[in-house]
This record gives sequence, structure tokens and C-alpha cells, in this order.
Amino acid sequence: MAYTTSQPQPGGFLSRLGFGGKARSRKTAVAAEEMKRVQFTSPVLPYLFLFPQLAVIFIFFYWPSVQAVSSSFYLEDPFGFGSTFVGLSNYTDVIFSSEYQSIALFTAVFTVLVTFLSLSLGLLLAVKADRVIRGASTYKTLLIAIYAIAAPVSGLIGMMIFDQHVGPFVKMMSYFGWHMQVGLNYYDTAFAMTVVAVWKQIPYNFIFFLSGLQNVPVSVREAAMIDCRSGMRRFWTVILPLLAPTAFFLLTINVTYALFDTFGIIDVMVKDKPANNPVTLVYKVYADGFRGNDIGGSSAQSVILMIVVFVLTIFQFRFIERRVHYN
Amino acid sequence: MYRTKFSDHLVLILGSLFLCMPVVVAFMTSTHTAADIHMNGLSLAWGDNFIATYEKVLTQKGGFTGDITGARMVMNSLILGVGFAIGKILLSMMAAYAIVYFRFPMATLSFWVIFTTLLLPLEVRIMPSYQVMSDLGLLNTYSGLIVPLLASATGTFYFRQFFKSVPEELLEAARIDGAGPFKFFIDILVPISRTMIAAIFIIMFVYGWNQYLWPMMMTTDESFFTLMRGIKSILQVWVGSNIPDYNEAFALAVLAMLPPVAIVVIFQSWFIKGLTESDK
Repeated sequence: MAYTTSQPQPGGFLSRLGFGGKARSRKTAVAAEEMKRVQFTSPVLPYLFLFPQLAVIFIFFYWPSVQAVSSSFYLEDPFGFGSTFVGLSNYTDVIFSSEYQSIALFTAVFTVLVTFLSLSLGLLLAVKADRVIRGASTYKTLLIAIYAIAAPVSGLIGMMIFDQHVGPFVKMMSYFGWHMQVGLNYYDTAFAMTVVAVWKQIPYNFIFFLSGLQNVPVSVREAAMIDCRSGMRRFWTVILPLLAPTAFFLLTINVTYALFDTFGIIDVMVKDKPANNPVTLVYKVYADGFRGNDIGGSSAQSVILMIVVFVLTIFQFRFIERRVHYN
Repeated sequence: MYRTKFSDHLVLILGSLFLCMPVVVAFMTSTHTAADIHMNGLSLAWGDNFIATYEKVLTQKGGFTGDITGARMVMNSLILGVGFAIGKILLSMMAAYAIVYFRFPMATLSFWVIFTTLLLPLEVRIMPSYQVMSDLGLLNTYSGLIVPLLASATGTFYFRQFFKSVPEELLEAARIDGAGPFKFFIDILVPISRTMIAAIFIIMFVYGWNQYLWPMMMTTDESFFTLMRGIKSILQVWVGSNIPDYNEAFALAVLAMLPPVAIVVIFQSWFIKGLTESDK
């Protein structure tokens, strides 16, 4: 099936960039590619060219990452006088704390909701945008315009829309007897956060689904048209399977988005009062380490999140394997 | 062929409204006075306080120390965005050049060392990164804001991919003409990468401009605050005030989202094409 090669390929965390050009990198995740036949040889030069990048990576990536792992096994003295090795107790403390468990549960629910809603709305809009001819480019512009707005800015806008005094959504809902109190009521805040997170992510999914749809060859569409009169069935049996690689790629991207990139939204919307508000695991890492000064516990949480990221990455690579196998 | 139905347009119109209305409301509301917003709620109509609000936000000194203006924050955001983009392009072009155009024993290892950085987002190594920065004395400096963000492989991968697509004949011809590694890099490879460099510059600029968590941790000195950091502090002032400065908060949000929105709208055909044609 030659045309499957034109589907977007899973691109790992390259795409965490938050902007469009990520597409170029999507196939770089497949590392084993042919080398250039002609190359320079030099004993020093390549290292010279690599040095700045490697230096920055070692100082600001490997060193902190190793420290995160090592300090997760230590208990830091609150006054900064040394630290004691405590083995896995930071981990057990974290995992068995009921607060952590409830935050983990919220993170899971939040991630599933955000991923599902932003994927399905993105797909719905892409399918419709793929059909219309009149006004197509206007719709496209409007639907991707907010694509690169930063998370804290969307959080701020969301807060205004859901503000108790001036928020239009809150006023509207009060006619239906729902008196929203974002920032005070746990579920109301969770609702507002989810809406904002979904809002911000729809354009991303829209762009990828639309390009996936436009890569479905006309011949396939016409053949499907002849075989099957029902538009709905055509979509489910022909178009959607062809979009599956795009959808899987977007699935991991959206999960990482909901887990990590929503930090700005959450931080702005809880307004420094996380006490009775829903927060995600990343926010907790930040709050415990930075505010609570619990370095060991925060590091243990970091390591747990690292493991989550690794699992996601493995999931993604396995998926690439399967795709390569298909071709 | 398929005949467009009214419902298709309806869905698209609703979708566009859902996505764009909040931004329009934010902008329109920012042109009203705080008291007006407090009484009448958010607005879709143009107010008459546009110049006053934005002038105040950009020039009035505020914050706890009273020496940070909105203009300063815009400048800091620009410094972060531009500095990050330039740094990223320099580092990643050089690294990608070494990996693609040189034959040396550590090539594969270096590739993987760089590649691994894609696995761990900054958010999961916040605390230790902060400690490293404070050990190095880089808190509240521009280099402390910019350099650590360069520790990721994204740019390197874009350039590696691009260099691989450059025809081999170019290097062969250059070598026949006697060009060495430096001459080939500067006189041939950099000029033909111009479009790629421009594209990456824009992407990285927005990425740097939008940074939130890192500037928030790195800067306690208000003269280094970026717009994103300013949003955080305007909210802190907000809690507990009688009539919050809704208009100023919105104006700040508008300033913060102007470059990303403008860039996406202006370059949209370019990057949608980038998406759809990248695999060919």
C-alpha cells in the first residue's frame, strides 16, 4: 500500500515543540538511515563542531537527570546540612500517600478526557473542513489561529471566561441553576481546566487529521463511493482505518500534552491555591520541590514521571516497528 | 462527488467560534476600563479605553519593586525568543554538520547522546535543573534563561534531516574544487539551508517566547521578567483586590499571544505544506 507512506509518522518527543515545523522531524525517529557516501575525515573537527551542543546537554540535561535519580534516594536536611540515604522510602512515602493517589487519579482522568475530546473534536472539524470548498481557507485559518498560544495565556483567558464576577460562561450557566465557582469548587475547577486544555489542543489535532485526510488518494475515495452509499459507513470502514497511523501518533502526543504541557494552564488557574483544587502530577512535582522544599519526595515523583515517559516512548517505538512491518 | 451540506458549514462555524471567540473577547474586553468590565462583564464591542490601557500596561511601573514595565517584559520575552532561536540554530547546525558530514568513531554514540534528550521533558527534572543553575550562579541572568533550554535535540534533528537530503554531488563537486570542511559549511551548506534556517528560527522563536515554567523558576528579579512571568504576577496581585484590573490582565494576554497568533496566521500555508509534504 504505497499511499500509507504519506501518512504522518510517529515522531517521538520531537513534536513536543508546540509548533508546526515538527513535521519535518517526524521521520527522524527512525534512526537507522543510510549514511552519506562522501564524508570528511578529521581527528578533531567533528568534536569541535559537536562540543557546544554536547556541553550544554551534559550540563543541563544529563547532570540534572542523574541528580534527580540520586536525590530521590536521599532525605534532604531542611536546613541544608547534608542528606541521609533513605533507600526507597521517598518512593513508598509518595506512592502510599493518599494525596498523591488522588492527584494521580485526577491526572489519569484529566489525561483521558483531554485526549479523547481534543482528538475527536479535531477529527470532526478536519472531516468537515476536508469536505467544504467554499470558505475552506477561511475556516482553516480560523481553526488553526490559536495553535501557538502559550499555555499560561490560555489559562488566563480561561480564567476570565470562567470568572465568578464577569465570566460569561458562569453567567450563562447560572440560568440553568449551575453556580460555578472556579477556584473554590473542585469539580468546577476541573471542568474549566479540561475545557481550556481541550480548547488549546484542538488546532494541533485538526492540522494533522486534515493533512492525513488530504493524503487519502482520490481513487480510493471514489472507489469507496461506488461500493458504499452511506457516508457514515464509508468514513468508519475506509477513511478512518487509513487515518489510523495519524491517530496513533496523535494519541501519544496528546497524552504527553495533557501530562506535561498543561502545566501553565493549571498553574494559572489554581492561582497558587492548590489546596482544594485539582492539580496534575507535574504540578505536584513543582509544588513539592519548589514550594515545599521536599527535594527527595519531589525527585522521587520526577523519577516516577520519567518512567511514565519511557513507557510512552516504548509504546511509540513499538508502533513504529509495526508500521515498518506493514510496509 | 460529495455535495456540501449545510450541517458541514454549521459544524465548522461553531468550531471556529469556539476556538476564536475567547481570543476576540480578550482583545475587545481589554479596550474597556476595569470598572466597566466589573459592571458589565466581558465585552464583544470595541471600548474607548484602548490607548489608555495599553499605554498603562506598557509604560507604568509596577510589580513589587516598582521598576518593571510591560515594555520591559516584552523586551525580555523578545530577548528570550530571539536568543533561544539563534542559539538553537548555531548549536544544532554545527552538531548536525558533524554527525552527517564527518566519519568519526563516536558518531553513532554522539547521535544517541543527543537523541536521548528528547525523552525527558524539562518538567520532570525541574528541581535538579534549578539546583544546577543556582550552583552555577546563573539565576536571574539572560544566559541562565536561554542556555539550559538549548539542551534538547529538536533543532539538531531538523538540520540532520535536511543535510541528509542535500545531494551528495554537492560535496563531491566542492571537494574536487578544493573546499575544506569550513569552506563547504559556510559557503555552500549555510546558504542552501537559508529557508530551513528561517523556518526553524520562527518555530524556535515562538517556543522561546512561550516558555513559562523555566523563566518562572529562574527569575526572581523583576527586571528579568518575561510576559509569561508577568501573567503569573498580575494574578498574584489580583487575588484579594476589590476591582481586579481585568483590562490590564487582558492587555497583557493580548501582548503575549500576538506574536504566536500572527506567525501562525501569516505562515500557515507554509507550515501546513511542511506537514503534508514532509514525507515525500
